[in-house]
Amino acid sequence: MRTRTTAGAAGALALLTALTGCGAADMTKQASPYAAAEGARTVTLSVQSWVGAQANVAVAKYLLEHELGYRVDTVQVDEIPAWDALSQGRVDALLEDWGHPEQEQRYITEKKTIARGGNLGVTGHIGWFVPTYFAEKHPDVTDWKNLDKYADQLRTAESGGKGQLLDGSPSYITNDKALVKNLDLDYKVVFAGSEAAQITQIKQFAKEKKPFLTYWYKPQWLFEKVPMTEVKLPPYKEGCDADPEKVACAYPHTPLQKFLNADFAKKGGKAAAFLKNFRWTTEAQNDVALMIAEQKLTPEAAAEKWVEANEATWRKWLP
Amino acid sequence: MTTAVTAPVRPRLPAAARRYWPLAAALVLLPLGLLLAGRGSWPASLQVDLSGPLGSASDWIVDNRDSHPLFLYFLGHVSNAVVLSVRGVYLVLLAAGWAGVTAAAGLVAWRLAGPRLAATAVASFAVCGLLGMWVPTMQTLALMVVAVAASVALGAVLGLAAGLSDRTYRALRPVLDTMQVLPAFAYLLPVVLIFGIGVPAAVLATVVYAAPPMARLTALGLRAADPGVLEASASLGATGRQRLLTARIPLARRELLLGVNQSIMMALSMAVIASVIGAGGLGDRVYQALASVDVGAALAAGIPIVLLAVVLDRTATGARSHGTPGRTWAACAAAVLALAVAGRLTGALTWPEAWHVDIAEPVNRAVDWMTAHLYSGVPVVGGTADWAAHFTGWVLDPVRDGLQALPWWALLVVVGALALHVGTWRTALTAVSAMAAIGVLGVWDASLDTLSQVLAAVAVTLVLGFGIAVGAARSSRLERLLRPVLDVFQTMPQFVYLIPVVALFGVGRAPAVAAAVVYALPAVVRITTQGLRGVDPVALESARSLGATGWQQLRQVQFPLARPALLLAVNQAVVLVLAVVIIGGLVGGGALGYDVVFGLAQGDLATGLVAGAAIVCLGLMLDRVTQPTGKEA
Repeated sequence: MRTRTTAGAAGALALLTALTGCGAADMTKQASPYAAAEGARTVTLSVQSWVGAQANVAVAKYLLEHELGYRVDTVQVDEIPAWDALSQGRVDALLEDWGHPEQEQRYITEKKTIARGGNLGVTGHIGWFVPTYFAEKHPDVTDWKNLDKYADQLRTAESGGKGQLLDGSPSYITNDKALVKNLDLDYKVVFAGSEAAQITQIKQFAKEKKPFLTYWYKPQWLFEKVPMTEVKLPPYKEGCDADPEKVACAYPHTPLQKFLNADFAKKGGKAAAFLKNFRWTTEAQNDVALMIAEQKLTPEAAAEKWVEANEATWRKWLP
Repeated sequence: MTTAVTAPVRPRLPAAARRYWPLAAALVLLPLGLLLAGRGSWPASLQVDLSGPLGSASDWIVDNRDSHPLFLYFLGHVSNAVVLSVRGVYLVLLAAGWAGVTAAAGLVAWRLAGPRLAATAVASFAVCGLLGMWVPTMQTLALMVVAVAASVALGAVLGLAAGLSDRTYRALRPVLDTMQVLPAFAYLLPVVLIFGIGVPAAVLATVVYAAPPMARLTALGLRAADPGVLEASASLGATGRQRLLTARIPLARRELLLGVNQSIMMALSMAVIASVIGAGGLGDRVYQALASVDVGAALAAGIPIVLLAVVLDRTATGARSHGTPGRTWAACAAAVLALAVAGRLTGALTWPEAWHVDIAEPVNRAVDWMTAHLYSGVPVVGGTADWAAHFTGWVLDPVRDGLQALPWWALLVVVGALALHVGTWRTALTAVSAMAAIGVLGVWDASLDTLSQVLAAVAVTLVLGFGIAVGAARSSRLERLLRPVLDVFQTMPQFVYLIPVVALFGVGRAPAVAAAVVYALPAVVRITTQGLRGVDPVALESARSLGATGWQQLRQVQFPLARPALLLAVNQAVVLVLAVVIIGGLVGGGALGYDVVFGLAQGDLATGLVAGAAIVCLGLMLDRVTQPTGKEA
């Protein structure tokens, strides 16, 4: 029996090899099975889970398809796996990155498989926020030194006697655990586990005008629905967040970056040139994001609407 | 349907003394240990830190996957073969157009399972089109076809080997046992690291998940073959191979088809989870809708998955009882071809956009209304947010704190005693080593947190499930009404109900428990109902004639006689609740579930894999403690 099984396995392997062609098979030269037929020029963009990133991709996709005649595939993937995919050539571009020095070192400096694509034009900022209705009633809550005074009011079933600091998706950059510890605050970080859960919880709190303290970031469409005020943390200084265990300062303001697969950046023709030129503003991104998240337009429809109204802006991006 | 298969349960009636001595021994050992070994969490000196080796393994893969021969000459080919096959199937489906695919589905269902199912199949595909999900549905279907074919082939080969050779069977069993409790998310991380995001990784993760039930059932079928028939065929001078092909495999037909059925259901549930690593298709739509907190859009993509599952399941079930001559198949193929060509000529390959129905908005409005009115301030009973807070404060916190306060060795003793109480020394050994492995991995406290959530979820599931099942066993009308509801809850991707669950219960461990209950309840209701129904009517009748009330009948006749089914229900509840621990991590459940999600999102092999392994250990331990079969001692 055993020899037959071995023979069968060998046969299957031979068939596999015959099917895929002999010799080396480079996984980086692989296209999605759902890609368009031969001949069409295809660009693959990675989409991160937040709506701002969806907005970038929607507009870039619309313009690539309608103005430059490309076919665009999108892949939904978290930031760090996206770096990986970018290096492998599974996706051609990542349009909004919030700063990953370790990956930049590995893939740009050492392996040279990823190239910089320039500024997105949007500045991102992470911080701690309380709802504006709460901040107006208690103006001193917006300084971290007074947070402990309000810990009682911010208690939930999950925070175990302390105040609750609501954190979101595990894929996001956060120093909150270290911050709470190093600033010696009477708070517990509760991870919502996904942005969807965090947003849903914030909306429920806001509906009842309850106080809450949350990790949040700008630009984000939710600010238009639930106005929030930032809590001042000790000011950010260059390098104060170098050691993740010892962070005791605010998050920086980060000019969001684009990154391209190195091969694509060189040989991507008009598509690569267009993606390098793509540069808009926080307001513009927010407009599109709101159309997607609040008016529940499909990303395509939202992009079309924005493109029709802002020709002067995007004309400049076309190579 | 997605329930994994467990070995059949044999009732066992040990003598009272034998039954209780482990518990008595535990009672003696506890104070003794308290004096000698001290108390507290798992000692750091007994931990092994795997983050170093796992981190360097992950670095090695990242650095070498573009150049190392292993990747170039083996894994690369595997990956390319997957892409080629998925692309092939996808192009065929697209070329057939919606008319062709719908017709093919209808005809296959008709031939295999009768006209009623054919109507269901056609209607289901039409609904997929109506919801505007035609292309994603075809992408998922293409991925499914390839993944199921590969799982069935792999499972059949493994099952054949295990069915024919005792040694292989013994070697394979623990592996298959482990696979059964291994949560789907835990596979994703290593697969992604090796193959990168995309369809190949998704297909391979799906195969790993869906092949075990096929292997298990194939082995079971072959081993259970009637020895008399085999003897007869041997005495007729059949060679080993002839005996296999003409006697053993045909005799195992039922199990083989059930295996295919199970593989399909497992693959489909994985198809959604795999969207996290870029599988595309319907799962991707659900996942994207989640980002903009759009329950309606998620549901629109979730419904086709449910429909696919129902149609495939019923067709595979139907195939077990019907057979069809070859000529009818040829006629069917011709009819499909004609319809596909007709569709092509009229220029309608994808579903026409004018026929789309938008359900997202009304669904969102309904969900908003519901959550707004139930969340808080409901008179007398309080809102769901209050329930969640009370459940967390009065149930989850005490159980977790209690478990964590227990000295580590005491917990091992308790686990061992429980396992010995329901099984043999071998079960006890497995349970205790699984628990000890958790400590060694260094995730003792997080695991106990998860364990407390699992216990709470299992308790709630059993209370609700037994209650519903008693009702369903008494009234066939209720059972008929429940059936589609159970189908939907069992196959609906969990991503769809994450948002409503959070909207009702807030972020935290309570919604995690709720999500687990929703997922595990259908299987418990089903198994229990069947068990109660299977109770000998004569026994019931005689109890009734003796003047027993409804409650007495239930307690003294039905429950004792249905004991094996009830125990199986408990076991399945545990396995299923554990399977969604990670989904709980997405709504604030924290602990191991969150760690796995974190590992996947941050590409952190050490955190993710260790947490996944701990979930497996918890699963093994709970499985052994709740499965009173003696496991073939």
